[in-house]
Amino acid sequence: MKVLVPIKRVVDYNVKVRVKADNSGVELANVKMAMNPFCEIAVEEAVRLKEKGVVTEIVAVTIGSKAAQEQLRTAMALGADRSILIETEEDAQPLAIAKALKAIVEKEQPQLVILGKQAIDGDNSQTGQMLAALTGMGQGTFASEVVVDGDKVKVTREVDGGFQTVELKLPAVITTDLRLNEPRYASLPNIMKAKKKPLDTVSAADLGVDFTPRTKTLKVEAPAARSAGIKVASVEELVSKLKNEAKVI
Amino acid sequence: MGILVYAEHDNSTIKGATLNVVTAAAQIGGDITVLVAGKGCGAAAEAAAKIAGVSKVLVADNDAYGHQLAENVADLIAELGKDYSHILIPATTTGKNFAPRVAALLDAEQISEIITVESADTFKRPIYAGNAIATVQSSDSVKVITVRATGFDAAAAEGGSASVEAVDVAKDAGVSSFVSEELAKSDRPELTAAKIVISGGRGMQNGDNFEMLYKVADKLGAAVGASRAAVDAGFVPNDMQVGQTGKIVAPQLYIAVGISGAIQHLAGMKDSKVIVAINKDEEAPIFQVSDYGLVADLFEAVPELEKQI
Repeated sequence: MKVLVPIKRVVDYNVKVRVKADNSGVELANVKMAMNPFCEIAVEEAVRLKEKGVVTEIVAVTIGSKAAQEQLRTAMALGADRSILIETEEDAQPLAIAKALKAIVEKEQPQLVILGKQAIDGDNSQTGQMLAALTGMGQGTFASEVVVDGDKVKVTREVDGGFQTVELKLPAVITTDLRLNEPRYASLPNIMKAKKKPLDTVSAADLGVDFTPRTKTLKVEAPAARSAGIKVASVEELVSKLKNEAKVI
Repeated sequence: MGILVYAEHDNSTIKGATLNVVTAAAQIGGDITVLVAGKGCGAAAEAAAKIAGVSKVLVADNDAYGHQLAENVADLIAELGKDYSHILIPATTTGKNFAPRVAALLDAEQISEIITVESADTFKRPIYAGNAIATVQSSDSVKVITVRATGFDAAAAEGGSASVEAVDVAKDAGVSSFVSEELAKSDRPELTAAKIVISGGRGMQNGDNFEMLYKVADKLGAAVGASRAAVDAGFVPNDMQVGQTGKIVAPQLYIAVGISGAIQHLAGMKDSKVIVAINKDEEAPIFQVSDYGLVADLFEAVPELEKQI
């Protein structure tokens, strides 16, 4: 069985982002970039399915500029067999990304598509569900457990009240939540090997997808700052402040 | 044209987040129709008809919608939603599951987790874990939007008298089925609806120690939450996680115990009215956002707190 793992290059999760002075976006120049953490979990899950003998081939794919090749190499160092860069300079939105991925799904015919539940830059949480809709596939979002059984997959999902388990016919789309697995680190020999693995580049135009966003970002601002309050010396003082000053208990 | 609001419910009652979404709809302006899709959901539909400001309730009562399977619910909303200018869905795990599916079926770009309505086509939403707020303008003819409940006041649950109309549309995509669910049972208020939340982090050391927080919570009528570190360490279940990828809360009082204050956690609670931090590390970033900080060993401070309230 073939698995497609779409991934995204984002600002590293340890970086505290700053809004640009002209309010046009956040500062991305000279900022450390990395694979979106949820995408790492998606790659890891695919690799584990391969180690179990369920999966035979893992194809990583991303949409972005040439720089995103770096994240595809990381995915291959972690265990993806080959990868595809859909090259565009546009700030592609989830709907256009899902359309591009649909074109890749039609060509590659994977039985499973595993991707992160959200990217930590736009915090949209849309692409997986949109791809599932466009391809008519079932979806198991926010997955904490994935069990493939013949031509079906059982997905346990993290929901507001606890867990829900659904069964999907293959092919299906799965989006990963935090506790699905703990991703491994790439070993040096695997990083070297990944440099020789195939990386194909296709243009957005080749796929017939228009990446021009329809949603316009008018401005990006820093959130209202919350100033640090005071330190209290004892539990007694704390309780007194909460009762008499803040009046919240 | 008008606004279609998707009601989150458990077939008998309407979930709180729905009321906040109705307020967002009222701010956009237009006739508000609420869709109740479920199985045996007549009582929920009647409750929806009483929400102030709602003019019509549509009820889709069918086996296919019993467990809110995304594939079936999205097909239903996409068919009904064509006739509306906006489709508003609560940004809960249920809503976030099917909303993008609806958007894709309608060839619309979804606007996720709005916190402010600027006009009928312009909204504010947090990005980068709330470290930036984007103002976005949509040009799609049907706007599919998820609404973050903490950004809007709740509409009055009583006072309305909307008409209730059954829709006879059965959509079963046939690609997914419900197997089981495991929902936490608790007498405490729901995290996202509680007026007071007390959360524990890695500093709690283990799950048993959360008992201290439960005791304080029960005295205050509070809900109990946790940081990602505490959930990942297995101290408490995932549905207690507050943060960028967990629940977003904005109570009157948030008490962070043994939580250092990673930006991902702050994203989930920094809109709380009053924040209290109890941590033995006085350099912990949580103190930078807290109104009242107590540098102390939580194992002494929390039992003391319980005694004094």
